[in-house]
Amino acid sequence: MDNVSVIIKKQIRDTFKNKTVLIQFVMFPAMTLIMENAIKMDGMPVNFFTKLFSVMYIGMAPLTSAAAIISEEKEKNTLRVLLMANVKPWEYLLGISVYVWTLCMLGAAVMATGLPASDIPFYMMTMGLGFIISILAGACVGIYAKNQMVSTSLVMPVMMVLSFAPMLAMFNDKIEKVARFFYTQQIRVVFNTMSFDGVGGKGLLIIAVNACLALGLFFVTFRKNRL
Amino acid sequence: MISCRNLYKSFSDKTVLSGINFSIEDGEIFGLLGPSGAGKTTLINIITGQLPFDKGYVCVLDKNVKELTGEDSKKIGIMMDSFGVYERFSCADNLKIFADIYGVSHDRIIQTLEAVGLKDAAGKPASDLSKGMRARLQLARVFMHSPKIIFLDEPTSGLDPQTMKQIHHLILDKKKEGCTIFLTTHNMEEATALCDKVALLNEGVIVECGAPKEVVRKYNHQKKIKLHLVTGEDVELPHDEGSAERIFSLMIEKKVETIHSSEPDLETVFLELTGRKLEEA
Repeated sequence: MDNVSVIIKKQIRDTFKNKTVLIQFVMFPAMTLIMENAIKMDGMPVNFFTKLFSVMYIGMAPLTSAAAIISEEKEKNTLRVLLMANVKPWEYLLGISVYVWTLCMLGAAVMATGLPASDIPFYMMTMGLGFIISILAGACVGIYAKNQMVSTSLVMPVMMVLSFAPMLAMFNDKIEKVARFFYTQQIRVVFNTMSFDGVGGKGLLIIAVNACLALGLFFVTFRKNRL
Repeated sequence: MISCRNLYKSFSDKTVLSGINFSIEDGEIFGLLGPSGAGKTTLINIITGQLPFDKGYVCVLDKNVKELTGEDSKKIGIMMDSFGVYERFSCADNLKIFADIYGVSHDRIIQTLEAVGLKDAAGKPASDLSKGMRARLQLARVFMHSPKIIFLDEPTSGLDPQTMKQIHHLILDKKKEGCTIFLTTHNMEEATALCDKVALLNEGVIVECGAPKEVVRKYNHQKKIKLHLVTGEDVELPHDEGSAERIFSLMIEKKVETIHSSEPDLETVFLELTGRKLEEA
């Protein structure tokens, strides 16, 4: 069995045992289902909570879980054991990323249940793209942090900005002017129309720049710190 | 199988290892003895390829350590003092991960757990294991893929005498199977009981190397015989003809309860060579 699948299998086995990570994957899909079904107000946009929580899900779950998993393995020295057993660093990181992405996509699939069927493929594709950027950012933190405490303190502000800025931008123009430079805010705008037309070329460029920055930061962190 | 030639390692301006030379033959148990901070873990990290070195040559599996491939690493088992286990996983699940990595059949998991005396704890989460059981789980992980060389960094550190004994048996069983074992310890009794060859490491320098009995014999300067008499009196005699006559006469008079020779142990040899104790922190 190749090492990437071994890592994925290991993580799957750990899913229900690691409550702190599990809650990241479950919280927003569960909240979406509850809120969409429980709160109905006149004048409220269709699928309001689905779209809002989807953006928060992108900014939170992949980032915190990727960082938490990697930093825990570093802190408990199990990562070193894996590397000594000839698991290559890229195999480990790919395994963790695939696992986090897949679980997030499952969560997204649950959140998508309230959307019109025609919007679901586009929604899933956009969510998938957002998850990739967040996983890269989370992996950077995990690689950089020596233990879970450092990881949590680094992830918190990033996560707050990425997930809450788009929500606050709805109510405050000044915040919107700053938030527009984050991919999560652009994805929120994309979800409003369920097409890339809403954000235009500039929005797509911001998403692309965010993705490139996350990728670049990932490579720099990895080269500097290794695993 | 393993050799080091003129090995040097420094951390910033502090020399940690200086001119290390030794070789280990197939099937030998080699013990690296030294107090804390002597450079034992640094040396094991270098030999296992976890740490680069400044100067010298290190050979493992008859290959330059820098040229070891992924296939070679499957022939090596490493248990470091600092290595962790997956706390939330059961013993069997912990081993399952490594069975998959090494391509070992899952049947080996229970066999290995049985060999280290953890079969009954196979389903127990690692977080519930005692320190001794955890050490045996780590050994099971090392043994599972039947490596040719095993590196053990302080394998019995902080364990109770009974668990220590169990681990010694496991190590000797592996030697019988033909494994070459490199272990670091600061316990001279452990080294004497297990090792075919020992190296005494002090402040990054090997001060003596050889079979434990040879090392001890080499530093047996005092050569005294200790007698415990039936009267409760202890008598110490030099190792010469005059003493033989005295012992003979005491034995004829049935005054001798026990006779011991007083050759030094590795601890005494280390103290003589370095002025430090092995157990020093």
